[in-house]
Amino acid sequence: MTRKPFILRNPSVLVMLAALAVFTVAVTLMSQAYGSGAVPTSMVKVLGKTLCLALAAVAMDLVWGYIGILSLGQMAFFALGGYMIGQWLMYARTEAIVATSLAQAPIPPTPLELQEATASQIFGVVGSSDLPMVWSFAHSLPLQLLLVVAVPGLLALLFGWLAFRSRVNGVYLSILTQAMTLALALWLFQNDSGFRGNNGLSGLQNIPGLDGVSQARLSIWFLWASAAALGLGYVLIAWLVGGKFGSVIRAIRDDETRVRFLGYPVEGFKLVVFTLAAMITAVAGALYYPQAGIINPAELAPIASIYLAVWVAIGGRGRLYGAVIGAVAVSLLSSWFTGGRAPDLALPGYVVKWVDWWQVALGLSFVLVTLFAPRGIAGFFDLFTRRRESGS
Amino acid sequence: MSALLEVSGVSVSFDGFRAINNLSFNIGAAELRAVIGPNGAGKTTFMDIVTGKTRPDEGDVRWGEYSRSLLKMNEAQIARAGIGRKFQRPTVFEDQSVADNMTMALRANRNPFSVLGWRPSPSSDQRVAELAAEVGLAGQVNRKAGELSHGQKQWLEIGMLLAQEPRLLLVDEPAAGMTLAEREQTTTLLRRLAETRAVVVVEHDMDFVRRLNCKVTVLHQGSVLAEGSLDHVTRNPQVIEVYLGR
Repeated sequence: MTRKPFILRNPSVLVMLAALAVFTVAVTLMSQAYGSGAVPTSMVKVLGKTLCLALAAVAMDLVWGYIGILSLGQMAFFALGGYMIGQWLMYARTEAIVATSLAQAPIPPTPLELQEATASQIFGVVGSSDLPMVWSFAHSLPLQLLLVVAVPGLLALLFGWLAFRSRVNGVYLSILTQAMTLALALWLFQNDSGFRGNNGLSGLQNIPGLDGVSQARLSIWFLWASAAALGLGYVLIAWLVGGKFGSVIRAIRDDETRVRFLGYPVEGFKLVVFTLAAMITAVAGALYYPQAGIINPAELAPIASIYLAVWVAIGGRGRLYGAVIGAVAVSLLSSWFTGGRAPDLALPGYVVKWVDWWQVALGLSFVLVTLFAPRGIAGFFDLFTRRRESGS
Repeated sequence: MSALLEVSGVSVSFDGFRAINNLSFNIGAAELRAVIGPNGAGKTTFMDIVTGKTRPDEGDVRWGEYSRSLLKMNEAQIARAGIGRKFQRPTVFEDQSVADNMTMALRANRNPFSVLGWRPSPSSDQRVAELAAEVGLAGQVNRKAGELSHGQKQWLEIGMLLAQEPRLLLVDEPAAGMTLAEREQTTTLLRRLAETRAVVVVEHDMDFVRRLNCKVTVLHQGSVLAEGSLDHVTRNPQVIEVYLGR
């Protein structure tokens, strides 16, 4: 048996990368900063954010579709990634503004005075002027970038270790993950959590040190970064699930007891997958929130994580391109239907306003997909490739 | 002869029901043994205890040259120590190919990071091909396990057990649902395997046990009632009373 290189064994990876490249170039050429201007900057941001959501969906697919953990708390990791990068964005920018205004003073401010003035600017809104402990590294971009993966990674490691070790499975595990994200949200809501309570972190679209760069150009840079992250994340996860590791985790999904009797430490595999997925999700979040401009504890609401599961289910779990298709299609449709631009549907005797009815339609389509197309949208691709299908 | 597996004075109860009652059992390093007994005699619970699925309330289970206790180990550690288990119902990963199933079972480091770094090699491919040929699945390695017939799934599972290279093989009702010809093959295979390792077969079917032609342990109400050749135990009046005579 001779083996082809990884990329050739997985034509879907090549197709996905090509589609992503074409999409990125096309948007760039139609952007206001680098092209014709057909796509407005606000739309570029929506598209860039959608790529981040797609990356979170691919990680969700790894956790749910491949190893069988229906985690309904993935957006906790996404939001934590956002908070970690948001701390640096907000601190560095506020510090720069404060430094400029203090520069006019007769005596130049000491570093401590500068820090105190910055802190009272950031935390005045929650009635505090001290820099909380959790902001100790906020002055340093490299440190906060490290925290982007370290904090969600450690949370996932700790949570997973406790849950998997006690062999919590199925719906009980899903409920635990919900409880995790809810508890984290409630904690962040408190003013003394150190993350500005329900105000969250704002002004994240302004990148410190890049004041001269217009939002039109920044939005394209973030689109590029998001596309690169999605591409890298996709290749990494496709590589992970392609080999023997993928074989073992799918076996764990299908019959975890049997895998134990083969001698595999099932809990260890779950922990590795759950933690890795949390870190990838956090990177997606760290790219998402600078494009959104604001993050607050509502982003960790359990419903957000449930949406993520719905996207993956509709797209087709157990195949990575399914997760991408689901996230992109459903989240773009959602913002179109709820944005008020979708034409109302006039039925005899009743006018369907999509702003109100979209949620119902989404819920209904989730039920229909679950019942009639359990492989989701990606299942339709099987109709064309069934002959070559062999296990993955 | 020192025993490979030594079960001594083991008891376990579920909700007050004593499934295993002061059971002692030994098996040597290369031995074929049949375990028989009526329903509820504790045959499956016995396997569960040895493989770490069930913890006994009292007693001791020791393994190998150094008499390590199996009671402190989990299922995966026990499997890695060299105890393989074949379930009654064939359990293979239906979504994956025969080759993938076998590859997963091949003796190799089971640690997640080692598995991540594992790459197929000519020798692993060859080993999979050999095993497939041995269990009569030579032409089927690229088929999905879910497409195999019931008998073929049983064979695949036995192939996976062989890939693990266990020193002790626990086989739960291997003849169930097999045709006469398949039984014949199974008997030959089990006897050949027992030349190099210990094999414990739990079976209902007396004809099948007779064909195995090995030492028999009769379980009743969670403890050993009789032990010896099949002819010896079937002459035992107690055995006749609880199991054979009605």
